Amino acid sequence: MSEIAEKVKAIIIDKLGVEESEVTPEASFTNDLGADSLDTVELIMEFEKEFNVSIPDDQAENIATVGQAVSYLEEHAK
Amino acid sequence: MELKRVVVTGLGALTPLGSTVAEYWDGLTNGVSGAAPITRFDASKFKTQFACEIKGYDPEKYFDRKEARKMDLFTQFALVVAEEAVQDANLTEGNYDPDRVGVIWGSGIGGLRTFQEECVNFAHGDGTPRFNPFFIPKMIADISAGQISIKYGFRGPNFVTVSACASATNAILDAFNYIRLGIADVIVSGGSEAAVTEAGIGGFNALKALSERNDSPETASRPFDKDRDGFVLGEGAGALILEEYEHAKARGAKIYAEILGGGMSADAYHITAPHPEGLGALNVMKNALRDAHIKPEEVDYINVHGTSTPLGDVSEAKAIETVFGDHAYELNISSTKSMTGHLLGAAGAIEAIASILAIKNGVVPPTINHFTDDESFNPKLNFTFNKAQKREVKVALSNTFGFGGHNTSVIFRQLND
Repeated sequence: MSEIAEKVKAIIIDKLGVEESEVTPEASFTNDLGADSLDTVELIMEFEKEFNVSIPDDQAENIATVGQAVSYLEEHAK
Repeated sequence: MELKRVVVTGLGALTPLGSTVAEYWDGLTNGVSGAAPITRFDASKFKTQFACEIKGYDPEKYFDRKEARKMDLFTQFALVVAEEAVQDANLTEGNYDPDRVGVIWGSGIGGLRTFQEECVNFAHGDGTPRFNPFFIPKMIADISAGQISIKYGFRGPNFVTVSACASATNAILDAFNYIRLGIADVIVSGGSEAAVTEAGIGGFNALKALSERNDSPETASRPFDKDRDGFVLGEGAGALILEEYEHAKARGAKIYAEILGGGMSADAYHITAPHPEGLGALNVMKNALRDAHIKPEEVDYINVHGTSTPLGDVSEAKAIETVFGDHAYELNISSTKSMTGHLLGAAGAIEAIASILAIKNGVVPPTINHFTDDESFNPKLNFTFNKAQKREVKVALSNTFGFGGHNTSVIFRQLND
């Protein structure tokens, strides 16, 4: 797993209070990991802070799973 | 329209004296001080370096980590005491109509730590707003009532009253009024506060409102003592289940006491100083007695606001003498803030509980830390100094007054059928 994927996983475990085993690439924040809309906003903000990127709202809407977050960040992280 | 009778059927308390009602009462009757050096932040540069904090509070004892992170301490405290009170009242699904159960809570400030942290966080950045999406719903004072309703599915009237240190008594009076008007059967009422933060201590220090007796925190809250030098900030919460009398009887609930009436008034004088003659305090007690349809002579115990400030204690004592006449010297007066510190918007809740337990147990908790008489007070007044006193208490009155000049009083009585 890439360093980015590891960090993403750690953030998700911390913010959503889920078990490491649940954080699979296919896992959806809202459907599988118990996030509500505010949790999702908070996650995106944490990703922005951790990876020093700015994720525009229209792109944030497309980040619904762990895998989508990792690939977006692998592409955009500085 | 005939007003319904309102009784108290459940209690919950998380105070600097303990994490349950039983521990609270134990501390009160034994004259224990809840004051100690501040642990919530480094207070070494503050004029006041002590407070009455909840001892050993561990959010994970009550909440999972994710839940706890989304709630300011004042809301966590609210949920902790609501749970104790709901259990105590034996409110279980099926013995109430959730549409007729409300939550009316009090908090003077709300999520002060949350507010402080988010602003500090912004100030440390480059101007880019990165406010947490939970910032507002964590900070707003009314979220406490909202969270209680969400947890239990109570869908009746739901809001929070804000009147500084009178907040919880206003909440109790609103709950009382809605029930006696027939608008709800049961209301979870009370208040919570968690203002022991840099902003809280610093702000009250700037007002010169806090005791600065850093060499002896446990004797700092000394209402009616000659050397009192301000209040001691406290934190915590109290919950009371208010219930329509017939509803309580029908489900076989235990009944602690009846709420007979309440009063409200304003000083209309100054933002922080009390009226020198205690005009607002005098009016509010008169209003409460009138509402309760009782004579001053029937009151056995007054749990005073008595914060241990030089001015406030004097004006309240004057008001008691004016309202009660010679009976002022027959009744017991005490300030339990001498032990708990001042819980601001939660003070009315835990002091209502102290008043109710005085009725139930026939014991008046003391005003501790009395060392030197102050000639400002008539020596004939019985402030229940230093030791609890046994006394049958049929009727107790609890006063709370808030910055802004808000005054509230509530009267409880032993249940008479």
